[in-house]
Amino acid sequence: MSHASRRIRYVLKRLLQAIPIVLAIVILNFFLLQLAEGDAVDVLAGEAGSATPEYMAELRAKFGLDQPLPVQLAVYLKNVAMLDLGYSFRHEMPVSELIFDRLFATMLLMVSTILLAVGFGVLLGLVAATGLNTWRDTVISVFALITYATPLFWVGLMLIVVFSLNLGWFPTSGMENFAMFYEGWDRVFDIARHMVLPTITLSLFYLALYTRLMRASMLEQAGQDYVTTARAKGVTERRIMFVHVLRNALLPVVTMAGVQVGALIGGSVIVESVFAWPGLGMLAFEALFSRDLNLLLGIFLLSAVLVVAVNLVVDIVYSSLDPRIEVS
Amino acid sequence: MTFWKLFARNRGAVAGLAILGFIAIMGTTAQLFFPADPFSLAGKSMSPPGENGFLLGSDSLGRDVAAGIAHGAKTSLLIGLLATLVAVLVGVVMGALAGYYGGWIDNLLMRATEMFQTIPSFIFAILLVAIMKPSIESIVIAIAVVSWPAVARLVRGEFLSMRNREFVQACHTIGMSDMRIMLREILPNCLSPVIVIGSLMVATAILIESGLAFLGLGDPNIMSWGFQIGAGRTLLRSAWWVCTFPGIAILITVLAINLVGEGINDALNPRLRERS
Repeated sequence: MSHASRRIRYVLKRLLQAIPIVLAIVILNFFLLQLAEGDAVDVLAGEAGSATPEYMAELRAKFGLDQPLPVQLAVYLKNVAMLDLGYSFRHEMPVSELIFDRLFATMLLMVSTILLAVGFGVLLGLVAATGLNTWRDTVISVFALITYATPLFWVGLMLIVVFSLNLGWFPTSGMENFAMFYEGWDRVFDIARHMVLPTITLSLFYLALYTRLMRASMLEQAGQDYVTTARAKGVTERRIMFVHVLRNALLPVVTMAGVQVGALIGGSVIVESVFAWPGLGMLAFEALFSRDLNLLLGIFLLSAVLVVAVNLVVDIVYSSLDPRIEVS
Repeated sequence: MTFWKLFARNRGAVAGLAILGFIAIMGTTAQLFFPADPFSLAGKSMSPPGENGFLLGSDSLGRDVAAGIAHGAKTSLLIGLLATLVAVLVGVVMGALAGYYGGWIDNLLMRATEMFQTIPSFIFAILLVAIMKPSIESIVIAIAVVSWPAVARLVRGEFLSMRNREFVQACHTIGMSDMRIMLREILPNCLSPVIVIGSLMVATAILIESGLAFLGLGDPNIMSWGFQIGAGRTLLRSAWWVCTFPGIAILITVLAINLVGEGINDALNPRLRERS
């Protein structure tokens, strides 16, 4: 079998493996919805102020809420498969529409965070590992230890106090200044200025994580046989470090970046609600406040599917980065 | 060498233990030093630190920030410990069964932990607390639910590597029951990694709790650091101290627990020390 077709088979296999996980998450979502007190009809009746029991029973029949549980589950599965995530009674809009409206802002924040965290994490880990047990290593380790222990929302608030309120360098909240009607590059620049503080806040924790991981990974690789071989060949230490060791040390960092996407989405709920960044996290925060469970579950479902998708992509990228990985 | 001697070689861990002890004492004696309800009006509102008899200032409702921090210490430590305890208990039972028996139990557990690794855990915790209504119990359950899979995977691995070892076979030969082998023979041999992961989990649990409380999902009747910060965020411009000090309290507590956890790790796994 040729290499290309083996790779396609591997991708297909990974896709198939992802299906049961997504299905399980959808079913979990359904039961969480059942667990909650009251159903959509109670919410509607509450909104309307008064509703007769007959009217509520009629509504339940209309939404299929009087059906036995397995039937309801089947209907729910069918709806999710058709991207129908229910209706948000607070926003008076379908949940899926609301979510897709906000997806872009969250993606923007997440991509910039991953770039910043992985980039600087690799750099700091490299600096720490090359200067093992020197002051550089100590400073970086202490920095990682402290950021590891700091609550994200507090960092965000402190950054606002220092850089927005006292220094006035960056705006306190939002994604862009609508009042200025910026267009073209001005608008891009405006969004970038709004992005600085949320991105730094969200990346700090992961920065610490990747720094530690990169340092450990570099040290582990430095003890491998191929390093001794390279040294015996007379390759310079500099070249060993930056060409041989660095490449191999990067692999676990790439995997970790994929694994951490789920945590990153959780972190974005906090960071977005601190900075009023109009993404999914902010939407979740609003849903929480208005007890809009349908919306909250929709966000949960989408973020879980996002994690599955990202892990799939990381696995595929990984298998082409490291040819030793069994693809057949 | 005794455990304590090995632990004391790590100076950071000793410092962490001292800080943690201080915070625990602060939490347990909060009632003594700040007998009033931390939610009650204690004096002039928006007092800066050191003025009007407020050590760390007061917020817009005249609540004493220092009193809130002292009472919040109890909440944070209690929830951190309880949630970890539940998570470790569930994780050990599931991991032990899966690792020891293998087969479908193992399959089921591995699929379940895989799913939990995919689900964004903080959002899941938010959902659980929102559905169960915020209270100490629901927060503990939510944190435990998102934390147990890590323990289960660890314990499963340990049991898997030990179930075919000679000492276990010897136990089978003399007719010991499975239950007894698991509890009395294998479990004590894999306790040290469980203790290490458990101690670090307390720190994570405190961070999750503070995040939940910050978003307004704390127990409404109990003072907590996350709640203080959440309530003070609208005052950032005029009263920076309301948010700042509870955050420092979280930072120091979590840092101390992490240091202690590393110290325990060094003391229990002397071989691993050289690696880092």
